[in-house]
Amino acid sequence: MSISIVNGRLIDPAHGIDDQLDLHIDDGVVVAVGDAPAEFAADHVIDARGEVVCPGLVDLAASLREPGYEHKATLASEVAAAARGGISTLLCTPDTNPVTDNAAVVELIHRIARKLGQTRVLATGALTRGLRGEQLSEMAALKQAGCVAVSNAHFPLASTLVERRALEYAATFGLTVFLRSEDRHLRAGGCAHEGAISTRLGLPSIPSAAESVAVARDLALAEHTQAKVHFRNLSTQTATRMIREAQSSGLAVTADVAAHQLHLTEMDVDGFDAECHVSPPFRTLSDRDALRQAVADGTISAVCSDHQPHEPDAKQRPFPESEPGISGLETLLGLTLRLVDEKCLDLPTALARVTSGPADILGLPYGRLAIGSPADVCIFAPDRRWTLRASQMRSDGRNTPFIGWDFGGRISHTLFNGRVVFRAMDDN
Amino acid sequence: MPSPRSPNLQLNEHGRLRHFLTIEGLSRELLVQILDTAESFATLPGRPVKKVPLLRGRIITNLFFENSTRTRTTFELAAKLLSADVINFNINTSATTKGETLLDTLRNIEAMHSDMFVVRHAQSGAAHFIAQHASPRVSVINAGDGRHSHPTQAMLDMFTIRKHKGDFTPLRVAIVGDVLHSRVARSQILALNTLGVSEVRIVGPRTLLPTEARALGVHVFHDLAEGIKDVDVVIMLRLQNERMDGALLPNEHEYFRLYGLTDERLENARPDAIVMHPGPINRGIEMDSAVADGPRSVILQQVSYGIAVRMAVMSMAMQSQADLGGET
Repeated sequence: MSISIVNGRLIDPAHGIDDQLDLHIDDGVVVAVGDAPAEFAADHVIDARGEVVCPGLVDLAASLREPGYEHKATLASEVAAAARGGISTLLCTPDTNPVTDNAAVVELIHRIARKLGQTRVLATGALTRGLRGEQLSEMAALKQAGCVAVSNAHFPLASTLVERRALEYAATFGLTVFLRSEDRHLRAGGCAHEGAISTRLGLPSIPSAAESVAVARDLALAEHTQAKVHFRNLSTQTATRMIREAQSSGLAVTADVAAHQLHLTEMDVDGFDAECHVSPPFRTLSDRDALRQAVADGTISAVCSDHQPHEPDAKQRPFPESEPGISGLETLLGLTLRLVDEKCLDLPTALARVTSGPADILGLPYGRLAIGSPADVCIFAPDRRWTLRASQMRSDGRNTPFIGWDFGGRISHTLFNGRVVFRAMDDN
Repeated sequence: MPSPRSPNLQLNEHGRLRHFLTIEGLSRELLVQILDTAESFATLPGRPVKKVPLLRGRIITNLFFENSTRTRTTFELAAKLLSADVINFNINTSATTKGETLLDTLRNIEAMHSDMFVVRHAQSGAAHFIAQHASPRVSVINAGDGRHSHPTQAMLDMFTIRKHKGDFTPLRVAIVGDVLHSRVARSQILALNTLGVSEVRIVGPRTLLPTEARALGVHVFHDLAEGIKDVDVVIMLRLQNERMDGALLPNEHEYFRLYGLTDERLENARPDAIVMHPGPINRGIEMDSAVADGPRSVILQQVSYGIAVRMAVMSMAMQSQADLGGET
């Protein structure tokens, strides 16, 4: 099967390309950018006039719930959601049941995902056994089974000693460690940012220092162990400043942010809106602006969905008892493009943060349109508006505060390994 | 379902009280109306409270997810004095953790055709949640949710203050103690500011005051003598025993030494200042017995006014249901 995508504006941030160029695909890989090879005859031509053609998105953190939490979502439902969201590669989190702390679970996830064939699912291995934060997981076996990174999801580690050992052991095998920096003692059962809104609503609160204290600790251990450390899901101005300083002093750490953190703040929690219960919590407007700045200057080189699909019951509870998280696969591109509308980023930089940026953190050969690389492509119309409606979501989790939001960049096609896995007329 | 962000969840389209969840978003006129209505129930000579047939045939359900015999009893008494029938549900929170969600509990109890829920719950926002999900024919009265709100307690405190001081506008009020964990303090601060007092102060060590306290519209003091200087009303908050466990305070002794109210310290307040406490008092921790039982203490009056205020709120919320167009 050969495909030519013609007349589009091709943006490939990894190669600094932003031009009117055609893209030619054969047998699942990119064969030419620009003019077609002499002998090339496309079986199928996609006319992308007025549209942007970019690499399929790479998402560093999505909880897909299978195995173990199929009442929330399944691999089948979530890879369909990823395809609709233009995502061709995603790392799923290890908080499954059983936990992804052994090769068997990794192989199970990879096998099911391969069969579904809608997006590339890469399992993130657990950093500790059972994610309990005490004993190291079998990281060598996890790597052999195909893990490219390890993390303890949102669970804390028992001590700085365990953290040190885990970083050293992961470094032995060249595994990148994803850390969610949060001091669990300062978190202390909180569910909202410690600020004016939580004070008024009487919600148990999490101070910004819960993040900065932990980032300081994690930076010190990253420097000491020289492990490959990636900071997940930042939420505070202070943390972005600390990571920027560490990077400029030569420490090779990277960072990401959840797309929703770039748009919502503590104010959105007002009225006890459980859809805005996320972890880390939405913080102040100046935190949000600092995160946007860090995305713009590259301190934060990846924007993630931090996808957490839930069944309705998980949110239909009093705010502190509701489960945190947003179903985010289908709004990753929309929320990122909104930053372009709001003049925070130019379009190629915005696309870099959801394609080559996250891929480069792990040294993955995806999120780019190099000749010979897998033909993962997202085609969207930057000027075409669309509205997020719960009934049209493909994810089993409809938990999102963005229902009814208006987005630019309606996706017309998603290609994965040279096959069309999503086409807009399929679901409006 | 009304929008969870709607500021008017508690008011119907005619601006009348439909639910009573928080003081926030209610007008001064409405608070005064609650106080005036309470007055009509409280001031019959010889009988502190008169039984009236206003809510005859109505069913009021006390939904208590957190134990409180005292508060539940005053609500029950208020309902009975309005001639309503009362059902009490004390819902062990372990029952809800065994699989039944709050929503399931709500649906079950709704099927018993209640007209009003009086709700107490350990989580902030629980009363809002129930009001959002209850059928439109049910009014919800918040009897305390987490650290968020306890609006009937605040209104009975306002009633007590008005009884003794008349006009709110010249008053200085100090709230002393564990403001951080107190739903009572949050509601009092909102009510005092809405009623236009000249100054609200909070007094306590930094561990017991919210970090963003100024966002509440208060002046912050850490010294008791300074904090109650020239105030007209001193409100002492209850100190829960468990506050000693979480490194919030060294011990009760030091707390009393710094923040316990004694006759001597009370000299800093105005000579006609009144002393209030939502109860139950920890004598020798928040205040001396001499103060609690002294001439300036109005603590027991607060309890009896509580019944009239709860009658007022219940009858107002029930009357607003008539606006729905059904039978009254």
